[in-house]
Amino acid sequence: MIKTVVMERKPLSLSERTYLPQIASGLKTTFSNLFKKKVTLQYPEQRPAIPRGYRGVPTLVKDPNGREKCVSCQLCEFVCPPKAIRITPGHVPEDDEERSHVEKAPEEFEINMLRCIYCGYCEEVCPEEAIFLQENYSLSGYSREEMINNKEELYELGGTLPDKHFKWDKKKADEESGNAH
Amino acid sequence: MDIELIQMLALKVTYAVVMVSVVMSIAGYTVLAERKVCAWMQGRVGPNRTVLPFVSAIPIIGPFLRNLGIFQPLADGLKFLFKEEIVPGHVNKFYYYLSPIVALVPALTTMTVLPFGEFTNAEGHTTPLVLANVDLGILFVFAISSLGVYGIVLAGWSSNSKYPFLGGIRSSAQMISYELAMGLSVLPVFLWVNAPGMTESGLSLVSIVNSQENAPWLVLIQPFSAFLFLIALFAETNRLPFDMPESETDLVGGFHTEYGSFKFGIFFVAEYAHVVIGSAIFTTLFLGGWHFLPWVADPWAPGLIGSLLGVGWFLAKTFCLIFFFIWVRWTLPRFRYDQVMKLGWAKLLPLALVNLIFYVILVTYLDQAAAS
Repeated sequence: MIKTVVMERKPLSLSERTYLPQIASGLKTTFSNLFKKKVTLQYPEQRPAIPRGYRGVPTLVKDPNGREKCVSCQLCEFVCPPKAIRITPGHVPEDDEERSHVEKAPEEFEINMLRCIYCGYCEEVCPEEAIFLQENYSLSGYSREEMINNKEELYELGGTLPDKHFKWDKKKADEESGNAH
Repeated sequence: MDIELIQMLALKVTYAVVMVSVVMSIAGYTVLAERKVCAWMQGRVGPNRTVLPFVSAIPIIGPFLRNLGIFQPLADGLKFLFKEEIVPGHVNKFYYYLSPIVALVPALTTMTVLPFGEFTNAEGHTTPLVLANVDLGILFVFAISSLGVYGIVLAGWSSNSKYPFLGGIRSSAQMISYELAMGLSVLPVFLWVNAPGMTESGLSLVSIVNSQENAPWLVLIQPFSAFLFLIALFAETNRLPFDMPESETDLVGGFHTEYGSFKFGIFFVAEYAHVVIGSAIFTTLFLGGWHFLPWVADPWAPGLIGSLLGVGWFLAKTFCLIFFFIWVRWTLPRFRYDQVMKLGWAKLLPLALVNLIFYVILVTYLDQAAAS
């Protein structure tokens, strides 16, 4: 059983009851603040440091060979909680030298930034590591249509990220050595 | 009409226009000072973007002025002018339009009796620099400045909406409570100045200032009166910690909730004009007006330069006091309404009475001692 202890509060002295010493010390505090270093960031000229793992605008990235990584599996479209992503799948032509062994690629890829909640599920679910939430945090537009990023804009925003796997190169090498999937 | 009369009238009108524009621009820059000081106290930098095109071209001064936000009041004023003017459908139109004017006019009228310097011509004849050197100076100030509350009460009532109404009611109650303490706290000052044996007399503000020449300032003689007057001044100018009519956190802006665009701007300027005039009056009453330092004779020679320096010194004191107003605002939280009333009636009024009685006895004693 915990015993409750009632604390006796010290009665206020006369000077404390007039509040004047407290007001004086408050004035002292605010006055010393006048000369302290300001914490304001002059925004458009100075930008905040983006921490690692920041979830900015979702973008599509290309692999170091400049090839589109997305294979339009539509997992991101399915996992997207606010249904911001819309993919129109398309085929990669057989004779495409650059992307042999890739069957599909998105014909159109739209992310509606008015719906996106920056949860990062798309990045997490993507088996091809093709979609990333990068550092860009400021986007604006004059109309609703402008706020829907299409494929070109997504690739422009995404650029190229380093790739650890080179999955398609491995796939091609496997097939050439007679070890196709 | 007499040609001399017309000349004099024209001169007076010019003086009045000059003074109104000076006080209004000081009020405008007080708004800027408020924003800047508040920002600095909160670790921010405040307005530092507005600049005029040709000023920004000047190498070092341009960016410096820009960072200081010198042109911000211009932009603010223009914004108020060009905003859409919305009049809510439920207001009483006539009084709704009337109240900003009623709020501004008393704030500007009080400065007619406000002396801000003196000019000594070659013959040694001294003229105080004041629009109207009225013998009843301080009474006039009190009479007019308390009319400012009508603007607030009218605004609260004509808005026909609950928050402005509450703001108006609070304002009138507060004004009545603190007016008393304010009046009682300056009585000892006049008792002291008008005591037999003193050179100056009358209720005129000029004589109050001149009694502090080469003598201790009245704030040193009567610190307690000055303190009570300052508290009452805070309440009269609706400054934090007594900004009951506004209380933006609990009354959504109080009496000016339903006002927008330039009408709100007028309320805003009137409030700051009150602060400027209040500081100036405190300076004349307690801080020696345009006289240099307590016990020290004015170091400047009489004449044009001397009187300009005197006016500058007066303004410097006033600006320090305005800074104090701003400083207090960004330090203290607001009183609760009942605390304001309790402080006014149960603390300040009795203290002012005690102060008055003490000085009555002291002045009487000194008179008797001087007489015998």
